[in-house]
Amino acid sequence: MTDLTKLTLVESIKHVKDKKCSAAELVSAYVKRIEKSDKLNCFNTKDLENAVSKAKKIDASKKLDKALVGAPIAVKDLFCTKGIKTTASSKILSNFIPTYESTVTEKLWNEDAILIGKLNSDEFAMGSSNETSNFGNVLNPYRLNNENLVPGGSSGGCASAVAADLTSATVGTDTGGSIRQPAAFTGIVGLKPTYGRCSRWGIVAFASSLDQAGPMTKDVKDAALMLDVISGYDEKDSTSANKPKSSFLNSIKNNVKGLRVGVPKEYRVDNMPKEVDDLWQEGIKILKENGAVIKDISLPHTKYALPTYYIIAPAEASSNLARYDGVRYGIRAEGKDLTEMYENTRSKGFGKEVKRRIMIGTYVLSSGYYDAYYLKAQKVRNLIKMDFDNAYKDVDVILTPTTPTPAFKFGANTDDPIAMYLNDIFTVTANLAGLPAISLPIKYNKDGLPLSLQLFGKSFDEQTLLNTAYSIEQQVNFKSQVKDWWM
Amino acid sequence: MSINKDTIKKISKLARISVTNEETDRLVKDLNSILKFVEQLKELNTDKITPIASVSDQVLTMNKDEIKKINEKEEILKNAPEKNSNYYIVPKVIE
Repeated sequence: MTDLTKLTLVESIKHVKDKKCSAAELVSAYVKRIEKSDKLNCFNTKDLENAVSKAKKIDASKKLDKALVGAPIAVKDLFCTKGIKTTASSKILSNFIPTYESTVTEKLWNEDAILIGKLNSDEFAMGSSNETSNFGNVLNPYRLNNENLVPGGSSGGCASAVAADLTSATVGTDTGGSIRQPAAFTGIVGLKPTYGRCSRWGIVAFASSLDQAGPMTKDVKDAALMLDVISGYDEKDSTSANKPKSSFLNSIKNNVKGLRVGVPKEYRVDNMPKEVDDLWQEGIKILKENGAVIKDISLPHTKYALPTYYIIAPAEASSNLARYDGVRYGIRAEGKDLTEMYENTRSKGFGKEVKRRIMIGTYVLSSGYYDAYYLKAQKVRNLIKMDFDNAYKDVDVILTPTTPTPAFKFGANTDDPIAMYLNDIFTVTANLAGLPAISLPIKYNKDGLPLSLQLFGKSFDEQTLLNTAYSIEQQVNFKSQVKDWWM
Repeated sequence: MSINKDTIKKISKLARISVTNEETDRLVKDLNSILKFVEQLKELNTDKITPIASVSDQVLTMNKDEIKKINEKEEILKNAPEKNSNYYIVPKVIE
């Protein structure tokens, strides 16, 4: 019998619709795997029994027409889920039960997807290794000589859960690379849509001008299907875009003939490992062979993207996280007066990295430093955006590696915040410019670790991005090599 | 400009996060290293560049003027660390 958890999302839904299996059988197959996978620590909260009973209800209704019918889906614990604990992997929200549902997750359940749990992440999505979570490290299903590796971050639980077949697909959030970097570390597909493509309503906010929800999936078609479901205008998010859209999945095609692909020289950074450079060349070769036109381009302000990000993101975070004050929700620590209660609550409730970012954000916004740091960063952000505007006069997509290295060991970058931040060097530009970008697994390195390429697209042109990724995917035929060592 | 212990005290007050002496030492080191990193931006001349707060080209739209009755008071108050009937309770503010 087919192992249902090995099917892609598109395949498993077809299975249910064609009655090759029931929704309950599909969900139960995932439940069984999840129950044997606690070691990976992907889940902050599980909702397995409810998931099975919801699936049985769908089976009994005999209505199998919805786009995600019966698909068991766990989501990043940053999406508010009505009546289900939502923690942002933080101690300060460790007891928070939302009274409402995020727009993105509501769209999933409206299409008869079934919630199976909430996935671990870095605290408030701040991190690149999932090591800042209040609920412990998530393990990458891929290991280096039997030693554990980080899954990447901040959507680390999402990435490991998809790679380990613990969810049929998932939604993560990406503020500086939090979908794409962990997708690259675990050999799955991760898509950050254009800013505004998906509603941010009901997602725990980190940096509101950069945050965007997006799919993390087993393959490109799954990403297209998920984007079909979760995207769209939402009157509850004034920055969500009111743009017409057709089905990304139905429009997907394996054709890059004449496509103009930019290769930016600034992404060839110092000390880039040879395997990553070779990977990049391989991607170029595949696209060329398939009829695309390769063009060398320049994005001159690339090196300033990370410094810009580490002013803007903490500034917005310091403002967004002001709401955690121990009054209306979350934990409270006692104090002799109101101010001391705030200070003790926030000191006890936030972890080290979150405090660091609130402090730096507060500093760059404080009187006397605003112009030198925050305003300066907003200007450089415009320069970075203009780099892309110029480049897109000559090219349709841009090809780069997703990360400078494959997955690393625990503790490798925890002592030096800057070393950790460098993980996002190739991904962060898409957030600053608001552009869509996708990470696609290509091959394994000599140690058996996944290596991935990234494609940037034009604003609201996810279709070209998906087509290009699909075309490469067909050629490289990347297959999961996860070995279930934790079971 | 570098950050010292007094700056950390000032920022922690503004951010409403109490920090221990040990944390202060660590924060002085970390924040200075982050500031040094972001100061690369000073190399760029941005005199004629417009700052952008967002990349969204959405203009604000009017929502329909409809009443949506949502009464979740009890549910919302369930999340409160301390409450009394319909109110949140905080430490005494007025002497």
